[in-house]
Amino acid sequence: MTSTGWVQAQQMHFSAPLALKSGAVLPPYSLTYETHGTLNAARSNAVLVCHALNASHHLAGTDAQGKLGWWDNLIGPGKALDTDKFFVIGVNNPGSCFGSTGPMDVHPLTGAIYGADFPVVTVQDWVDAQVRLVQALGIQQLAAVLGGSLGGMQALDWTLRHSDKLRHCVAVATAPNLSAQNIAFNEVARRAIVTDPDFHGGHYIAKGVVPKRGLRVARMIGHITYLAGDAMELKFGRELKATDLGYSTQDVEFQVESYLRHQGDKFSDYFDANTYLLITRALDYFDPAREVNGDLTRAFASAQQNRFLLVSFSTDWRFSPARSREIVKALVDNRIRVSYAEIDAPHGHDAFLLDDPRYHAVMRAYFERMANEAVTA
Amino acid sequence: MSERKDLELIADLVPTGSRVLDLGCGDGELLAFLRDHKNCTGYGIELDDTNLLASARRGIDVIQLNLEDGLALFDDRSFDVVLQLDTLQHLRNTEKMLRETARVGRIGIVSFPNFAHWPNRLHVLQGRMPVTRALPYAWYDTPNIRVGTFADFDLLAHKCGLGVTDSFGLQAGQVVRTWPNLRASVAVFKFEQN
Repeated sequence: MTSTGWVQAQQMHFSAPLALKSGAVLPPYSLTYETHGTLNAARSNAVLVCHALNASHHLAGTDAQGKLGWWDNLIGPGKALDTDKFFVIGVNNPGSCFGSTGPMDVHPLTGAIYGADFPVVTVQDWVDAQVRLVQALGIQQLAAVLGGSLGGMQALDWTLRHSDKLRHCVAVATAPNLSAQNIAFNEVARRAIVTDPDFHGGHYIAKGVVPKRGLRVARMIGHITYLAGDAMELKFGRELKATDLGYSTQDVEFQVESYLRHQGDKFSDYFDANTYLLITRALDYFDPAREVNGDLTRAFASAQQNRFLLVSFSTDWRFSPARSREIVKALVDNRIRVSYAEIDAPHGHDAFLLDDPRYHAVMRAYFERMANEAVTA
Repeated sequence: MSERKDLELIADLVPTGSRVLDLGCGDGELLAFLRDHKNCTGYGIELDDTNLLASARRGIDVIQLNLEDGLALFDDRSFDVVLQLDTLQHLRNTEKMLRETARVGRIGIVSFPNFAHWPNRLHVLQGRMPVTRALPYAWYDTPNIRVGTFADFDLLAHKCGLGVTDSFGLQAGQVVRTWPNLRASVAVFKFEQN
């Protein structure tokens, strides 16, 4: 199957500040986005794809740096989300570090780098920013919003507060909120960053340093939680790096250590520490039931007109199938149209980025029906 | 051909415009038929990946669940009709599922292969387990973990307090109301909450 080819990132500037959920305001900002396929004359075939923690607007194809998009196995000509049929939009959320305004940028009023002063952003704030972008692109109603993990939370939020602006919500490996265990993992990652001597209260750029040690550890712990224990056992087992034990407490002895350190090193080279703090906090905060006395069913009452596809993976212990079933229940209680697939896959949370044939077949079937449906909006 | 008819004969029991839950919906054929011909809405429940995909391709709203885990997802009386067609013989917890079916739906419709159909009796008289259209598997290689008869179900329905409002057999695309326990390969029961 072919890829979508070369893709050029685009920028859109928003001169009106964005009112944030916290009560703070994001001063004029820019969003980086990319598009695939062609918007049809009725402007009814647009699909917005929301990214999770460490991804970006770059969904598919090859960008100017020669990098393949993070969901290239799903999105492209002839693929499950077929860009011959749909106009697909990827957008980098504000606060991230891949082109949209974030903590590494300069505050337009003070002239100083935001750093730790970048306002705390929530899933809702990102969705509000996405709504503006979609409107600026001349789209009144999206065919669908799609996302996995934290991206799935954004897709759900669209139906909670902007249900008239989309028809379908496709939310993969996601949850109605984070569990205490999930928040705990996020907190360990944040403490690793914040206690790095190079963090400087979040104003490390001004000091000309990067808290790489903290970022590495944050990524290492995150990475463990994205994998299933069995898959890790299968991939690494107790395999040693050398032929024999080195009797060292600090050198790499086991292959799994080597792998995690490599992942940590790679990550610390491209990811911003303040962005990591912001995004994990947005994950912690997402909890649509909280505003309606913990009643998720009531939270989804607004989504009557939307149709949903939810997908979870059997070995995903970070966003487990039970969490997706909570969402299914809330939708069913509201008599909202929903399909739900529980994919028996060994790869843990990471499965949503892989190309398991059962998973992609369900996604393809759903998007094909969507492409064929009459638009009555 | 008769399968097609069976589907339509069962669809006849479903009131137009019903909200339907189809437990073990298979490839979604009946739900698609009810949607297209009787203006029904609702969900299919299916465990099998291949069936789930086939249902999704038909545009059915299908939820992947193991029925053995019960129907906690669904509130009391949240559907007009709950269908449990050709499913009962695969379930370990038959009685629990029947009670759940009655709890969730105003009307329950159950169908299953009738072991007392006369050719089956002949097989057993000859000392062999039957292999027929309705029971197509060899005894050592069957997904059916139990077999029952029209008459047996009547007793179970009574025990579970189901108000049976209609019951009949299906044989070669025909409704069988005379001696269904002997003359029909498939048993159909419809019950309603009082």
